[in-house]
Amino acid sequence: MPIVAHPSEIVETIEMIRYLKFDVRAATLSLSLMDCATSDLKLMLSLVEEKLKSILPGFVEAVDEVAERFGVPIVNKRLSVTPLSVLAEPYASKSLEDGRRALVKLASTIDSTVGECDVDYVGGFSAYVARGSTPGDQALLSCIADVLSSTERLFSSINAAQTGIGVNVDAIYEVSKQVKRLSELTPKGIGCVKLGVFANLPEDVPFMPGAHHGPNMPSEALHIAISGPGVVEHAIKARCQGKSLTEVFEEVKRVVFKITRAGELIGKEIAERIGVKLCTVDLSLAPSPTIGDSVADIIEAMGVESFGAPGTLAALALLTEGLRRGGAMATTNVGGFSGVMLPGSEDLGLTDAIKRGSASLWCLVACCSICSTGLDMVCIPGDTPVEVIAGLMADVLSIGVMNSKAVGVRVIPVPGAKPGDEVDFGGLLGRSVVLDVGGFTPRDFICRRGEIPHYKHRW
Amino acid sequence: MSRCLIVSTSLEDKELIVVTVVGADRTGIVAGITNVLAGLNVNIEDISQTVLRGFFAMILIADMSKATCSLRELREKLEVKAKELGVEVFVQHASIFRAMHRV
Repeated sequence: MPIVAHPSEIVETIEMIRYLKFDVRAATLSLSLMDCATSDLKLMLSLVEEKLKSILPGFVEAVDEVAERFGVPIVNKRLSVTPLSVLAEPYASKSLEDGRRALVKLASTIDSTVGECDVDYVGGFSAYVARGSTPGDQALLSCIADVLSSTERLFSSINAAQTGIGVNVDAIYEVSKQVKRLSELTPKGIGCVKLGVFANLPEDVPFMPGAHHGPNMPSEALHIAISGPGVVEHAIKARCQGKSLTEVFEEVKRVVFKITRAGELIGKEIAERIGVKLCTVDLSLAPSPTIGDSVADIIEAMGVESFGAPGTLAALALLTEGLRRGGAMATTNVGGFSGVMLPGSEDLGLTDAIKRGSASLWCLVACCSICSTGLDMVCIPGDTPVEVIAGLMADVLSIGVMNSKAVGVRVIPVPGAKPGDEVDFGGLLGRSVVLDVGGFTPRDFICRRGEIPHYKHRW
Repeated sequence: MSRCLIVSTSLEDKELIVVTVVGADRTGIVAGITNVLAGLNVNIEDISQTVLRGFFAMILIADMSKATCSLRELREKLEVKAKELGVEVFVQHASIFRAMHRV
């Protein structure tokens, strides 16, 4: 007679959801807006609004139904769209001002339409500028702060570096100015959480701020972001006492396989209901600012006394590799960042480690060589000079370029804050401690401008 | 050691769900939950019990293919009953367990 399941498998699943904070962090619908591209602004805005309104309600309904069917929470419904710099091209080619005006209107239309349709976030205020910028890119780069401070749900990602191309310091400098301005325009600098600068930005990310509808994609696709640091931490604490690192690795693999399979099943079901392709399951372990949902706690469960102590990177490497091996077997569609995320304010264990003094800014930069999102949700003093922010970005993006990995920077200069001050952003954005950026500047290096070329054998 | 939960005939023509009730063991839990299922024409295929974090956990495999309500309505009704009984109830489509635990 057919076997359905073993009771132990059922209670293990329920324990993951009920007690260990396992959830699907996001179902992200990736949508091309190229069919709305035209040099008539009024027409473009109405085409975009019409398209979103015709597609999003069905997507939202399908996500709710599938979450209900499997009893697994799906925390966010998100949308990612064609980089808006592309749609701004006909306007920006006339003048930078025309480009900016079109982008502000387009951003506002998308932001409000997405809100009306009950979608939580939208990504795509984006540009690819690793090798240089077009008029559309330049218009977008010049109005990031204005747009993000006047919209609610829109996120921005700038790919300013690429393996085989190099690091575009001109673009980084421009983004740094926008970060600084955005921090001045929004309370506690909170607008900066919506802006990331990246190296090797994957085109199929379900996470914000990196999500956008990149190249190599069909017109519509679905990405799923799974999450479950608590599940991994529990597995190590409950089943790996006194075991070797090899056995810890096996356990990470096993448990990640299970949560990824749940993500894959949920993704397939949503994709089928709305008639799109399931493109990506992003394996990233993404923490949230609740107790028992922390990546730093996993590292400490492995035996590192406090996150940031020597051994932290080695433990992160074990975790990342275990995650990828277990996840890759569980889903055919691995994509996005698929690594360990360390968002400063969103990981309570990491916030504690910063308070204890074991995790410094440079420890977090070193983690970028292994972690997937890079220097993420990190608070710095509000009076940090633009060139220092640009220097940090150039450092992290260089790690990405030289090691052929995706990595990003999302820093929040907190106005009026000094190193050691605590900042509470509330809700899912969590709280953090302002990190010390040191008293020295790379000003003369950054102000040389230009690019840091990178060569990779391609043929 | 509990045994695997099974169904008597092929999985193909069924709409299998798993109902898990977690709480302190006491009289009336099985009766209370199964009454709700029977009232909605949800057929119980197999039943087992185990322990979750020190609590009694009753697990039912049921077929919804002839049910007179949706999964959402069933969950709502079971949650009301669970509250009366002082337990927690989880209702999930069975395919999630096969996906997570069987290759």
